[in-house]
Amino acid sequence: MSSTVGVRISVNGEVREHEVEPRLLLVHYLRDRLGLTGTHVGCDTTNCGACTVHLNGEAVKSCTVFAVQADGAEVTTIEGMADGAELHPLQEAFWKNHGLQCGYCTPGMIMAAADLLQRNPDPSESEVRHGLEGNLCRCTGYQNIVRAVMEAAHSPQRTTVGPPPPEKPEAREEVGKGVGA
Amino acid sequence: MIPPEFEYTAPESVDEALQALTQGGEDAKLLAGGHSLIPLMKMRLAAPSLLVDMRKLSDLRGIERANGGFRIGALTTHAQVSQASELGVAAHAAGKIADQQVRNRGTIGGSLAHGDSASDMPAVLLAAEGSVVARGPNGEREIAATEFFQDFFETALADDEMITEVRLPAMDGWKFAYEKFTRRAEDWAMVGVCAMVRGDFEDVRVAFTNMGGTPIRASAVEEALRGQGRGAIEQAAQAAAEGTDPPGDLNATADYKRHLARVLTRRALEKAAAA
Repeated sequence: MSSTVGVRISVNGEVREHEVEPRLLLVHYLRDRLGLTGTHVGCDTTNCGACTVHLNGEAVKSCTVFAVQADGAEVTTIEGMADGAELHPLQEAFWKNHGLQCGYCTPGMIMAAADLLQRNPDPSESEVRHGLEGNLCRCTGYQNIVRAVMEAAHSPQRTTVGPPPPEKPEAREEVGKGVGA
Repeated sequence: MIPPEFEYTAPESVDEALQALTQGGEDAKLLAGGHSLIPLMKMRLAAPSLLVDMRKLSDLRGIERANGGFRIGALTTHAQVSQASELGVAAHAAGKIADQQVRNRGTIGGSLAHGDSASDMPAVLLAAEGSVVARGPNGEREIAATEFFQDFFETALADDEMITEVRLPAMDGWKFAYEKFTRRAEDWAMVGVCAMVRGDFEDVRVAFTNMGGTPIRASAVEEALRGQGRGAIEQAAQAAAEGTDPPGDLNATADYKRHLARVLTRRALEKAAAA
C-alpha cells in the first residue's frame, strides 16, 4: 500500500482530520469515512453529477477529486444545506414542485443549482437548463427540477449555501511526504 | 472505480515541484485540476507512480495583461478564463467546455498539456497564435501553439517540464465565435470550429477541434475569405474539410465529421461576422 497522507478538511463547517490513501476519492471519503451518504455515486465517470458537492464554495464532481486535493479546503455536502430543521430554499422548492421521483440525482442537482444561483441570482429558464448541464436525471424529464430552481431563485428567504464554516482549516499535509516512501 | 496506487506530494513552489517530478522518474505526473488525468487513472489507462499536486502553486493562478497580450497562469480554471471577457475567444470557448462542475476544476494548463485534440482550448490557442511557457530543469522556454501539439495526446512538453503560463495575444479588433457539435450537452466536441475575423474580413482565422490528432488551421477557408466579405462565407466553408483526415469514432464517422466541419465553419464565421 502506498503511504498515507494526513488531511484536514472542513466538512459542513466541522473540521475533520484523517489519514487517507492518496488514491481515495473525495466522494468515498465523504460517504465511507464520514458516513455522509447524501452524496451519491452515479456514473463514477464525471458525467452524471450525482456526486456534486461544493469545494471552497464551487460545485465539483467529487468522484473526480482526490480527498488529498481537498486538504485545507472547505467542503459542503447536501447534509450541510438545511439550517437545523429548516430546509434550504432549494430543498424546499424541490419538495414543493415535485422536483424528484427516485431522488438519486437530487443531492447533486441541489448542489449544482446552488452554485448556479450564486453565479446568477436571477436566471432565465434557459440559463437554468444550461446551468444544470452537468447533472443527469433519468426520471423527471427535468421539467419540475427547472421549475424548482426558478422558484428557489425568487424565494424571499434565499440565502447562500449552508451555514458559514467557522474557520478555514490549516492544511496538514507536509511537503515531500509520501515521496519514495 | 478505484485508481491504482500512487505516491503523492504537494510541493509549495514550482522549483520543488519540478524537483519532485524529476526525482519521480518517467512515471511521475503533474496533477492540476485532474479532470483529464483522474478519469484516465480510474479507467487504468494511466498509472503514474507519483503524483505531484500543483494545488499550492498559487503563483500559477490568474490572468494579467502584459506586452500587448495576456499571460494566463497554468492553474487558472476554465471557469475563471470564461469569466475574463477581455480574453475574447478564449473566454467564450472556455465557457463551452463540458459543464460548470468541470469548468470549476479543469485548468487551461492541464487541458493543453493533456494534448487531447477533442478538447476545446487547443484549437483556440492555435487560432489565436498563442504559446505556452514551459519550465524544466534546464530553465524556461516558450513553445508556439504550432509547435506544441504533435499528435494524439502528444505535445512538445518533456516529461520533466511543467506548463507555467499560457500566452495569448490581445486580439483587439477581432470578432470571433466558437461552435461545437456534441451528442449530449457536456460531451467532448465531435467537431469544433474556432473562427476569428478582423475588421471587415481583412484577416480571417479558422481552426478545428477533433479533425485530426492535433488542432488544425483551415488554411483553405482562411485564404478563400481573406479580403472578401460575409457573402463569401458559404462558398468558402465548402472547402473546410479539404486536406483533413479525421479519425472516425463511436459518435461520428470520418465523413460525418467532414460534413460537420463544413456546417460549423459556416455557422462560426457567420456568427463571428455578425458579432
